[in-house]
Amino acid sequence: MSTPILEVSNLSKAYGGVQAVQDVSFVLNAGELLALIGPNGAGKTTCFNMLMGQIKPDSGVIRLKGNDITGRPPQRIWRMGVGRTFQITATFTSMTVRENVQMALINHQHASRRWWKPAAATDVAHADALLGRVGMAEQGDRACSVLAYGDLKRVELAVALANDPDLLLMDEPTAGMAPKERIELMQLAADIVSERGIGVLFTEHDMDVVFAHAHRIMVLNRGCLLAEGAPKSVRANAQVREIYLGSTVRAEVE
Amino acid sequence: MGDFIVTLLTGLSSAAALFLVASGLSIIFGVTRIVNFAHGSFYMLGSYIGVTMVTALGSGGIAYWLALLIAAVAVGVIGVAMEVLLLRRVYQAPELFQLIATFGVILVIQDVTLWIWGPEDIVGPRAPGLSGAVTIFGEKLPEYDLVLIAVSPVVLIGLWLLFNRTRWGTLVRAATLDRQMVAALGVNQRWLFTGVLFLGSALAGLGGAIQLPKGGADLLMDFNIIAAAFVVVVVGGMGSIGGAFLAAMLIGLLQTFGIQIFPNSTLILMFLVMAVVLIFRPWGLLGKPESPGHGPVEAPEAPLRPANRKLRIIGSGVLAFLLMLPVAHLLLPSIIGDFTLVLVVEIMIYVLFAAALHFIMGPGGLVSFGHAAFFGGGAYAAALMVKFTDAPMEIAFWVAPIGAALLAILFGWFCVRLTGVYFAMLTLAFAQIAWAIMFQDAPASVAKALGEWFGWTAVEQITAGDDGILGIWPAEWASSRVTYYYLTVGLVVAGLLVLRRILFAPFGYTLRAGRDSPLRAAAIGIDLKQHQWIAFTISGAFAGLAGALFVYSKGSVFPTSMEIARSFDALLMVLLGGVHSLVGPIVGAATFTWLNDIFNELSYWRFLLGATIIALVLLLPNGLVSLGDTSVGRRLGLGPGREALA
Amino acid sequence: MSVAVLEAEGLHTYYGGAHILSDLSLSLRDGEVVVLLGRNGAGKTTTMKSIMGLVRVRAGSVTMHGRNITGWEPHVIACAGVGYVPEDRRIFSDLTIMENLEVGRQPAREGAPTWTPERLFELFPNLAEMRSRPGGRISGGEQQMLTLARTLMGNPRVLLLDEPSEGLAPVIIDQMAATIQALKEQGLSILLSEQNLHFATSVSDRAYIIEKGRIRYDGTMEELAANAEVRNTYLTV
Repeated sequence: MSTPILEVSNLSKAYGGVQAVQDVSFVLNAGELLALIGPNGAGKTTCFNMLMGQIKPDSGVIRLKGNDITGRPPQRIWRMGVGRTFQITATFTSMTVRENVQMALINHQHASRRWWKPAAATDVAHADALLGRVGMAEQGDRACSVLAYGDLKRVELAVALANDPDLLLMDEPTAGMAPKERIELMQLAADIVSERGIGVLFTEHDMDVVFAHAHRIMVLNRGCLLAEGAPKSVRANAQVREIYLGSTVRAEVE
Repeated sequence: MGDFIVTLLTGLSSAAALFLVASGLSIIFGVTRIVNFAHGSFYMLGSYIGVTMVTALGSGGIAYWLALLIAAVAVGVIGVAMEVLLLRRVYQAPELFQLIATFGVILVIQDVTLWIWGPEDIVGPRAPGLSGAVTIFGEKLPEYDLVLIAVSPVVLIGLWLLFNRTRWGTLVRAATLDRQMVAALGVNQRWLFTGVLFLGSALAGLGGAIQLPKGGADLLMDFNIIAAAFVVVVVGGMGSIGGAFLAAMLIGLLQTFGIQIFPNSTLILMFLVMAVVLIFRPWGLLGKPESPGHGPVEAPEAPLRPANRKLRIIGSGVLAFLLMLPVAHLLLPSIIGDFTLVLVVEIMIYVLFAAALHFIMGPGGLVSFGHAAFFGGGAYAAALMVKFTDAPMEIAFWVAPIGAALLAILFGWFCVRLTGVYFAMLTLAFAQIAWAIMFQDAPASVAKALGEWFGWTAVEQITAGDDGILGIWPAEWASSRVTYYYLTVGLVVAGLLVLRRILFAPFGYTLRAGRDSPLRAAAIGIDLKQHQWIAFTISGAFAGLAGALFVYSKGSVFPTSMEIARSFDALLMVLLGGVHSLVGPIVGAATFTWLNDIFNELSYWRFLLGATIIALVLLLPNGLVSLGDTSVGRRLGLGPGREALA
Repeated sequence: MSVAVLEAEGLHTYYGGAHILSDLSLSLRDGEVVVLLGRNGAGKTTTMKSIMGLVRVRAGSVTMHGRNITGWEPHVIACAGVGYVPEDRRIFSDLTIMENLEVGRQPAREGAPTWTPERLFELFPNLAEMRSRPGGRISGGEQQMLTLARTLMGNPRVLLLDEPSEGLAPVIIDQMAATIQALKEQGLSILLSEQNLHFATSVSDRAYIIEKGRIRYDGTMEELAANAEVRNTYLTV
């Protein structure tokens, strides 16, 4: 069997005595959409930030295609092939849509210290191609600060794809979007995953999105991995229904 | 033994005024998020009003203490007036703009004080019954020092009770954490803010009044205390009163002991301590990291666009004017005199300095309070080169930016690890160290010590302190006024174009990326700190070039080229012009230098300049280039300034 | 039929150029619990903030007992008897629980229950044991209770609860539902926003469904329960 894209073993992190993430292990394969769900404060964000290098884990190992990336700074992890979108979109508000993608391309080529040729003239075609892939080609010249929220999410996705990542981390990719936009964005992500053979790990509060698009689901509770498996089996798990899915989802299953 | 104890006690007593001013500054910052530069002026007013009140009430018994109390209350009322008339109108403006508003207040208060009390230093009245001295282990200590030693802990306990045992104090602490939520719970913030301004200002006023018997009153008190008070607040931790107490005691002791051990380096010591504390504890001794506040969010900047036709035409027009001016001077010397050329040279120098500061401040998002270090650093590098090696001007013009860049590499390594107010304060600290080194001629002291050690004959003086370095004149070919004018215009325009070019290139974009969203910047692999460090160095180099132009235009350099006021001038230029526009600093520097020049002729020019600054802050909260956004500007057809001139 | 305690009519709110609320109207009658259902970004929080005076309303009006309170400052609206519990809790983390309550304290109000810390500790027994602990050092569920208790210290007549169940464990959600029921019995009128339909159904009398800043549906909980089409169109169940 080929090396998994992401392999996390026994990851733990504590804050002042509180175990935020405890002994979490999982594997993510190429072409897979893996959802991470659980109540607020279950440790999803901490988990994510450790994968991206914003937080150093207390113990455990994170391997990206077999390479140990545990505790590396975010810049290094990005260079090794991890793209990220944020729960609250993080874009460069003083730039146009195209320039946001160009920034990622420029950095991918280690060209951020060039000081003569105008940045706006760099990698235009490549940037436009990426924008086209997420359906934002026409809006390249608009300022990022005036975009609708759903469009910003698309820009983030284009930016995250600029370094040809093997792994995409998406923190609540559809938060704050209209229902129709949600379905479209997740469909787009799913298409890109199968096109490029990359892996996606995402957190999400909208159970529609999770059960419709995830290939596999992990449930985190109080820092521990409570359940893991195909959507059907997770939905049927009594403990998960008790702690997270609650009575609304139960009602539908019955 | 006695000597040590008396020095210790003297240190503690000298810390009293410092603690009062710093705690007031800290309280005001905590709640309003405004760094009140005018706080030193309130301290000064406390002294002057104190003197007047003691004279009016007589210096006997109760009347004396009552007079000090009245002075404190009066200053508190002045603080309230500043809040109601000025700050209240700019709470929604960008934080830095509020800072300039308080800077305008400093200038106004300086001249009002001069006008009321005159230029002479005033000897402070003696406290009744405390004019003697006590003997401790055979050493004498003034009785009044004992009062001062008691003041700090008493005020500290009083403030602690106020903030922890009263409803008002609880509300203030809550507002420090989340103003908007406090309002949503039914508390009128306005009264809270006004109350805090009263308390903070009154503390500064009290500080000024109680130090009267020791220091009297003079017109330099405001700047002298404000630098030290900032050090105390930052070393203690912004918003922490206990921290301010600790830091005030530390600095007080450092100064009294320091004067015995390093008589020429007391100023350096204070800022050195601050630098060391910030390096190891970036948020001060008892401070906490800045919480992402619920304050006003600044509107995002418009994307950077290449110069449009309008800007090109204006730019070419200005350049043509600059090139033609000497011709007009030769043709019509009676109208365009020498003086005009001198003024334009000065304006151009400051334009380059302001553009260099803007480079790190606008696109870089890092506000430096100490950029004069690089301006003066360049000037001194050139002057010292000439003084000791007789280097020609052409060499000196290379040495200045390189010297300033080296200085920026050194300072920047420490500074870019911090952000926001802490970055600003650390740059201020380093600039003050640099200034103190020049002012107290530290290199000469070092040379002397080394000389004694190795048995050399060391030079008597190197930077010559206050006397400055004289006789730095341009090379033969550039010695005429017109040639030097063209040299300045050429170098400045070239400098501006290079800075602009860098901002449009990937490097400049990367800087802005880091400012817009550090999170996203890290997620696309940007090593932000490294880019900021490089940017700080570039900025320093261009400031240094401006410094070289400056030293050759004046023929001399003094420590004033590095002082706080010079750094603040540059800050004002950038902010007045508009930090969100590449043209802003140019417009700001030209306007400021020109206004300064006009006002300089008049008596009470500080008042006029301060009042102008305050008026600009109130009318144009986005800087001069936003003139086009106002209704008047639109009518004049100036168009949306921020976009048109971006 | 009882009178409207709180009424919003034709509200339009903008953030910069984005039109967040358009022509939004709703009313809350005396002693009623009304829920505003909708997804993230639908405009629920903005509606709450518009009523509270925390964001500026471009057009439309908010009235309380027939008095126009549009454009009033937040603290004046709070003093008029509107209590606001924000979504992100916004506990004063350095202040103790008692101090947090103190910030919310206001004089007793006619026609509204009067709260003291002791009475609140009866309602939220967990908080009683940690009254001198800093607000930042308690769990998310306890913080949610504290933010509600803090608002009750102002003796409000009307309560605005922004997503009270968000991120809470189901056990705590049950507690929250019981608390809202208890407050209703005390005579408070409550407007809450929710995404959790199950929780909303258990506490509310009526529902509005909001999407893209507009009210799309208005009816009793029973009517909503019977209308599968509306639920399937606007809500994630």
